[in-house]
Amino acid sequence: MKQTKTIFMEGLWGNNPIARQILGICSALAVTNLMKNSLVMGLGLIFVTAFSELTVSLIRQWTPKHIRMMVQVLIISAYVILVDIFLKAYFPDISTALGPYVGLIITNCIIMGRCEAFAQANPPHIAFIDGIAMGTGYTLVLLTIAFVRELLGFGTLFGIQVMGESWVSWSIMIMPPGAFFMLGILIWILHTFKEKNQEVAK
Amino acid sequence: MIVNPFVVFFAAIFTNNMIFSNFLGMCSFIAVSSDIKTSIGLGQAVTFVLAITAPINYLLYHYVLVPFGLEYLRYIVFIVSIAAFVQLVEMIVERSFPALYQSLGIFLPLITVNCAILGVSLFMTIRNYNLITSTLYGLGSGLGWMLAIVALAGIKKRMKMSAVPEGLQGPGITLIITGIMALAFIGFSGIVQIS
Repeated sequence: MKQTKTIFMEGLWGNNPIARQILGICSALAVTNLMKNSLVMGLGLIFVTAFSELTVSLIRQWTPKHIRMMVQVLIISAYVILVDIFLKAYFPDISTALGPYVGLIITNCIIMGRCEAFAQANPPHIAFIDGIAMGTGYTLVLLTIAFVRELLGFGTLFGIQVMGESWVSWSIMIMPPGAFFMLGILIWILHTFKEKNQEVAK
Repeated sequence: MIVNPFVVFFAAIFTNNMIFSNFLGMCSFIAVSSDIKTSIGLGQAVTFVLAITAPINYLLYHYVLVPFGLEYLRYIVFIVSIAAFVQLVEMIVERSFPALYQSLGIFLPLITVNCAILGVSLFMTIRNYNLITSTLYGLGSGLGWMLAIVALAGIKKRMKMSAVPEGLQGPGITLIITGIMALAFIGFSGIVQIS
């Protein structure tokens, strides 16, 4: 139980994939103009990370060392195909909006990185929890960025008008530069915060 | 819809740049952009791999997957063909051009997991490009990516002189610079447009 808590703290804060390790930021920039897209992307990533780590960990004794990258990519692709088919069947409009970025979960370095660094060395249930924790950390960062971008860019949250009739949308926030600025500022805030924490701890 | 291959080529470099409008290949863009020479090397490798894997994946998709109704398997097929091709290039370069291999060596295997490569293959199937358009789109995307990373490396070199706030150093300031560059690239929109 204590271990679960430690793993979650690592994924959400201490070792957050986007803010700390700067991994998987392609999709974090591309889908964050709407909260809805970010949430779906995040849930997809949690699913793929958790089950890929579980599978990699389950077969780690029988995987030859030199082809393990290939095996990992194939496992990840299989789960991504499941997510893709599921979205196409039940949420066709979100599937179109996300476009190729669902498929690009395969090359998302978070999953490859965790499979290689964590699942290869840990038992299945811990790897599964780690996958959920990392995915959740990623989703939280995505939702934070999407919250600001959608609120300022469209005046809406999850498609619901919240800023009132007189709100003038900042179209820069829904364009690519807005994504870069937001992520840069978020990393700035988190780094400054962490440095302060460390100083206090000393 | 018929699209002019050259419009797609120029759009892939300027208006639909891999970095500034599609956010692809960001990991190596941020990590490997501190030196101009290395950036040019990596850019060339990416361009080369893109220009070859785009037509290969086009042929695989339209002549193997579509006739058998296996379109949903495209993720696996694309990533395997990219990985196999990168491996092949690595072996050929190692045998025939040892000097080039020395300077590129570390970056070649990294290209497999560069999402720009898989992204181009996926975009080209989604947009229904034909073989020539796909090849030019791959080539243009590679050149656009190279342009972006070399320009960033040039800016970062000058940045060493300036006082950046402590928490913003490293990836933070790189992202802000990229944002400003993306803002500048918006100025190109209107020249050519692809959906």
